[in-house]
Amino acid sequence: MAMNRDWKKQVTSIPPGTLIQGKFKGNNYMMKRKLGEGAIGTVYLCQHGNQTAALKISEKQTSMTLEVNVLKALKQVRGNLLGPALLDVDDWLAPNGRTYTFYVMEYVQGESVQQFFRKNGASWLGLFMVQLLEDLEKLHEAGWVFGDLKTDNLLISQAPPRIRWIDVGGVTQIGRAIKEYTEFYDRGYWGLGSRRAEPSYDLFALAIIFLEIFYPQRFSRPETRRASFLFKRIDRVKALQPYAPVLKKAITGTYTSSNQMKREVKQIIFSRKNQSKRETGKIGLLEAMWIFLFSILSILTSLCF
Amino acid sequence: MKKGTLRQILLLTDGCSNQGEDPAATAALAFEQGIAVNVIGILDHDESEESHGLTEVEEIALSGGGVSQLVYSEALSQTVQMVTKQAMNETLQGFVNQELKQILGKDQSLEDIEPEKRGEIVEVVEELGETTDLEVLILLDTSASMHHKLQMVKAALIDLSISLNARTGKNRFAIYSFPGKRKNIQKVLDWTPKLDSISSVFPKITSGGITPTGPALREAIYQFGKKSLLRSFRHGDEPGLEETGY
Repeated sequence: MAMNRDWKKQVTSIPPGTLIQGKFKGNNYMMKRKLGEGAIGTVYLCQHGNQTAALKISEKQTSMTLEVNVLKALKQVRGNLLGPALLDVDDWLAPNGRTYTFYVMEYVQGESVQQFFRKNGASWLGLFMVQLLEDLEKLHEAGWVFGDLKTDNLLISQAPPRIRWIDVGGVTQIGRAIKEYTEFYDRGYWGLGSRRAEPSYDLFALAIIFLEIFYPQRFSRPETRRASFLFKRIDRVKALQPYAPVLKKAITGTYTSSNQMKREVKQIIFSRKNQSKRETGKIGLLEAMWIFLFSILSILTSLCF
Repeated sequence: MKKGTLRQILLLTDGCSNQGEDPAATAALAFEQGIAVNVIGILDHDESEESHGLTEVEEIALSGGGVSQLVYSEALSQTVQMVTKQAMNETLQGFVNQELKQILGKDQSLEDIEPEKRGEIVEVVEELGETTDLEVLILLDTSASMHHKLQMVKAALIDLSISLNARTGKNRFAIYSFPGKRKNIQKVLDWTPKLDSISSVFPKITSGGITPTGPALREAIYQFGKKSLLRSFRHGDEPGLEETGY
């Protein structure tokens, strides 16, 4: 990344304690530590008065402005938790004389998806699938696609456990070309669809996310027969078995809306509950047979006398 | 509103030119003609980003009004599409900035507008990037050292076609390699909207010794010119390439 070498060093390693002041609105933010780094910018934990927040900073003014546009648009779809809340937008005139664009958003605390499943086990799979699908449904209905849907862009916040989105940089208007993506989760990379923003693009990535929980080392793309390669990966995971048909449909792009997929996932969850009920029901049947036998016996004995 | 066509040359190389004119000067000429020159320098694993043979990469893109990037061949796919899109956006942003200067006064740019209010302007650029037509001439260095990288290049170009064809705007690609047989450049693939077909044409590439980047760029500019000339012959007095759309 030769072109960006110079600025990158500065904006990706702002030392803790640095005070960032907005050029236009003058709000102050004390940098605490780096939270992460993406294609567009770097995210820091910062302090504003006694409020803790996340601050994303970059020299890519245009891309940053587009992200702010998305966060503002998501505000309209609120009432739910689509992405972090936007708190401030401004420029920073750095000591090196360059101007960087930054925005401040709500700091979402939580565990990574991998951490969560390592601790809590696979029984949460169905719930998170439904939660993600519900959020995606709202997003899609508002005319957007998440785009860069991947494990790194998700967090699980606690009490009660809820899956949250932390980076909306890839959110793209439906019908346009996906703005930002990560190869492993991109159906175009797998040769299983276009990079046009449509609900099925997100559903493919969602299937890969659930697959990745069980393949944290990931796997590389074969040259041919890629769909059946992914199918085999799904089939090898016992915990994914109930969801295998749904995940496979997501990979082949069968669903045109998250709602269709959500309904099928719910059906699977409930039919599993019914199955366990039926098992208890069998014991009841056995008991009933005993009661029946006893009653026949007692009738027989009463007939004898 | 009339939509124009953006034109780009995408130069993929792994080293320094060693024959003919200065490629940076030729790139400046291309920029003059409204063609942006993007350069991707493909690194070998024993090379660092500071490798001085590759400083030329930055110089060519700088004078060609395009974007440059050094990259190891594994990351080629993402880089190729990122560089192409970034260059498109920069060109479009340039147009919009000019318009802004006319509206706001000549010392005003996007930076002087409050970030909260930049949104709508940037949205215009985004919209243009999505809908504008694009022509990319891929100029591929096939000198000996590139030989083992060509497989990755092929994958990256197919990937580029997937990314750009997800847009609403039309795309056209052509691939030329250099050095050619007794010529500066060699046609690999004529103008086409999709690059899926390159699997069959790629083995045609033969690797040679010299790297005449400058002369190759000049030929590439000529290929753009020739095409619009042909078109104006075919369409008689219809408006030229610049005014396709509505």
